Amino acid sequence: MQLNSLTAHELHDKLVNKEVSSVEITEDVFKRIDQVDDKVKAFVTLTKEQALAKAAEVDARISGGDKIGPLEGIPVVIKDNMCTEGVLTTCSSKMLHNFVPPYSATVVEKLQAAGAVIVGKANMDEFAMGSSTENSRFFSTRNPWDTDCVPGGSSGGSAASVAADETIYSLGSDTGGSIRQPASFCGVVGLKPTYGTVSRYGLIAYASSLDQIGPFAKDVRDCAQIFNVIAGHDPKDSTSAEFEVPDYTSILTGDVKGLRIGIPKEYFIEGTDPKVLQLVQDAINKFEAMGAVCEEATLPHTEYALPVYYLIAPAEASSNLARYDGVRYGYRDETAEDMITMFKRTRSEGFGTEVKRRIMLGTYALSSGYYDAYYLKALKVRTLIRQDFDRAFEKFDLLISPTSPTPAFRFGEKADDPIQMYLSDVFTISLNLAGIPGISIPCGFSNGLPVGLQLMGKPFGEGTLFKAAHAFEQSTGYYKMKPNL
Amino acid sequence: MSTDYEVVIGLEVHSELKTESKIFCCSSTEFGGDPNTHVCPVCLGLPGTLPVTNNKVVEFGIKAGLALNCEIAEFSKFDRKNYYYPDLPKNYQISQYDLPIAEHGYLEINVDGNPKRIGITRVHMEEDAGKLLHQGATIISSKYSMVDYNRTGVPLIEIVSEPDLRSAEEAVLYLQKLKAILEYTEVSDCKMEEGSLRCDANVSIRPVGQKEFGTRTELKNMSSFRALQKALEYEIDRQIEVVEEGGRVIQETRTWDENKGITLSMRSKEEAHDYRYFPDPDLVPMVISRDWVNEIKESLPELPDARKARYVQEYGLPEYDAEVITGVKEISDYFDAGLEFTKNAKALSNWVMGELLKFVNSSDHSAADEDFPIPPANLAELVELIDKGEISGKIAKEVFKDMAESGKKPAAIVEAKGLKQISDEGAIIAIVDEVLAKNPQPVEDFRSGNERAIGFLVGQVMKATRGQANPELVNKLLRERMQ
Repeated sequence: MQLNSLTAHELHDKLVNKEVSSVEITEDVFKRIDQVDDKVKAFVTLTKEQALAKAAEVDARISGGDKIGPLEGIPVVIKDNMCTEGVLTTCSSKMLHNFVPPYSATVVEKLQAAGAVIVGKANMDEFAMGSSTENSRFFSTRNPWDTDCVPGGSSGGSAASVAADETIYSLGSDTGGSIRQPASFCGVVGLKPTYGTVSRYGLIAYASSLDQIGPFAKDVRDCAQIFNVIAGHDPKDSTSAEFEVPDYTSILTGDVKGLRIGIPKEYFIEGTDPKVLQLVQDAINKFEAMGAVCEEATLPHTEYALPVYYLIAPAEASSNLARYDGVRYGYRDETAEDMITMFKRTRSEGFGTEVKRRIMLGTYALSSGYYDAYYLKALKVRTLIRQDFDRAFEKFDLLISPTSPTPAFRFGEKADDPIQMYLSDVFTISLNLAGIPGISIPCGFSNGLPVGLQLMGKPFGEGTLFKAAHAFEQSTGYYKMKPNL
Repeated sequence: MSTDYEVVIGLEVHSELKTESKIFCCSSTEFGGDPNTHVCPVCLGLPGTLPVTNNKVVEFGIKAGLALNCEIAEFSKFDRKNYYYPDLPKNYQISQYDLPIAEHGYLEINVDGNPKRIGITRVHMEEDAGKLLHQGATIISSKYSMVDYNRTGVPLIEIVSEPDLRSAEEAVLYLQKLKAILEYTEVSDCKMEEGSLRCDANVSIRPVGQKEFGTRTELKNMSSFRALQKALEYEIDRQIEVVEEGGRVIQETRTWDENKGITLSMRSKEEAHDYRYFPDPDLVPMVISRDWVNEIKESLPELPDARKARYVQEYGLPEYDAEVITGVKEISDYFDAGLEFTKNAKALSNWVMGELLKFVNSSDHSAADEDFPIPPANLAELVELIDKGEISGKIAKEVFKDMAESGKKPAAIVEAKGLKQISDEGAIIAIVDEVLAKNPQPVEDFRSGNERAIGFLVGQVMKATRGQANPELVNKLLRERMQ
């Protein structure tokens, strides 16, 4: 049996029943990586030795008669923008090609405390800027369903590693769709939680007011279980919310009768792949068949989400990424004779094209004389977008839409056209601006490529998302499909 | 015909707050220490780290604002000030831009005996930067520079005055008063020599009577009151000269060169930074409850002006004396402590302003030191010894010197050295008689009506008793004998 293809809850049961050991699971995962990763290329760093040592530790606990937690002894992959003490953390950038953090992100500490076995660090678009993982400065990750296609991004490595069964689950980060869009492209479950539910401490910032860490999983139950572990207030993150974390797995009843689902008309637009539209319509029909009430909803400011995002995110990024100057850590140009030249060359060479484009966009938007017209205006429109959702959620429990307008596209197809690339996130970006949660779950295939369904919830409404996503998943079974690698 | 010019000055003062830990992390704020030992991932701005506001800093900001008669913001936030410099690990400084913690205050200075109110525009909180240690004279001429991040993230408040100051002297008086207020409220040590109080000045001139301000220059790098005064005097003269010669003052930043005693151009307005301020998304805006503000208001100590009024009203001290003593918190605290041990406030204030200040200024001691050799009780005891007639004022000065050196109590010194004033008639009378016998001429002069002659005779008796005889008694006995 290939243990690496199972879910965390299936493996947990086997561990508790002493049918398998954590070392066996971990070995299967690394065996799979050996077999397929030169095709998928999901990893920047593998931590096999530490993983096996941790697995052995968990096994010892089990044979000692200890009760183990739901994620204990289960392999996980971490996106390479979350700090791992003593383990290379690069953001897939030349700028941090040699950066070994002296501390771990809060989520990493939480997973470690829960007994997780960390397999390695996943490839990504440089500094989480991109929608295809083509912006990694090291190599592109490939879609396990079709290795000529992108896995999506920016959390492409995290999504692909789960889809390819190179891990049981993974963590990604989502600033404008970077979990949900690759989850959709790779046919896995991906959650972008409510802003503030998962600590950002140790997540290398792209756009602080939008960044949020979340899980990739093989089914909704695992996703809920992982969220149980990583959610919660963190005194090290001032923007983290104080709230009670319920047991989200206890909500998965399969019952969606009477659930009010809104279909935002602005999300069903021209330019969306007809097959994608059809699959989403099928999903809506499915929900109705299960007893949910689906009605048209409106989010009138949707068309402004993309421009607002491309002012706010680059503005924050231009400041967040200022610290990479070659003085203290990371890449430094050694040829410069003076400080200013060292700064310039370090940043010119250390950052890739997309990162530099966004730093320039953001610097411009914050400049004196432009601030009011761009940044401040964008903040105001952001409030309007948030209010759209507030109003919609007075009537609906959740909203439904495609995750992305298309399935995975081919390498190079959009790489030279930033606007086309940005449009890939047109359905996901508003949620980050509003701070609300969204989940992408598999809802079928278009020409052999997975298509994702996005469910959007109220702030802190992850429970409702899990419940609806779980009911859909169990009644359709798309999540069980595996790519042929 | 030469024009008379009016000087317009506003000050921007940075003061380090004396909290235990830094403004956004748990690292120590202690001054000194080996380079890069009071640091952590947060104040080093390592990738992924986040700031968390130290509540004590906000409390101190509010406290300083209240002491400066400011309105405290109900809603305040932190912003990022973006600029590149290697002493700034994130290449932005977390500061406050449009919603500072306190605004619209004032303090009062005393100009030639008249109170003058100087407006405080705003008080805002921010993080300090690190220190560069150049291997040459400047960062440009150095082959390399080293950077110490111990100071990075030490909390600062910046206090910006209105352009209400009209001379270098007024600017110094303002800074002295501000320093006293910050010391009284115990939010800052205000040690200019350690850089915990730093001052920049905006200065311009205009013909007397003109309403519009002249073009200002910003002066930096004045690290003492003296430097502030000198730099302003130099800059005022320079600007007048420029205008008199038909030129125009250029808006620019100038640095004070202490060695050369001149100001030098650093950068012009055109080269000024665009700091691209925007709200720090890592920190949530602060809602400052009125309950908290009131609580802090009630905890405010007596401030210099109130203390001065008390000295004048309750102890009858002259305005000037009260001003001098309250000007420095440790001296004023010392005086207050001494008053627990003597009722003679006037005499104590004379000793504090005279011998004590002289001693403090000429030694490494601070009057607030735990091991200060002359605790307030001892100086009060000295005053009491004089009042009781046990020693003379002259002997007291000698005793004071001994107190400063040995740390002993004055009564013990008087006892050990046998300095006690002789007030026993029997002990003095023989010496009086001897002096009278030896000096027939002055005796004759006195008897023939020359009052002044008695002074010489008193002096002779005092000399013979090594100053210990009670001079009043000597005087009385001499007169009795010569009648």
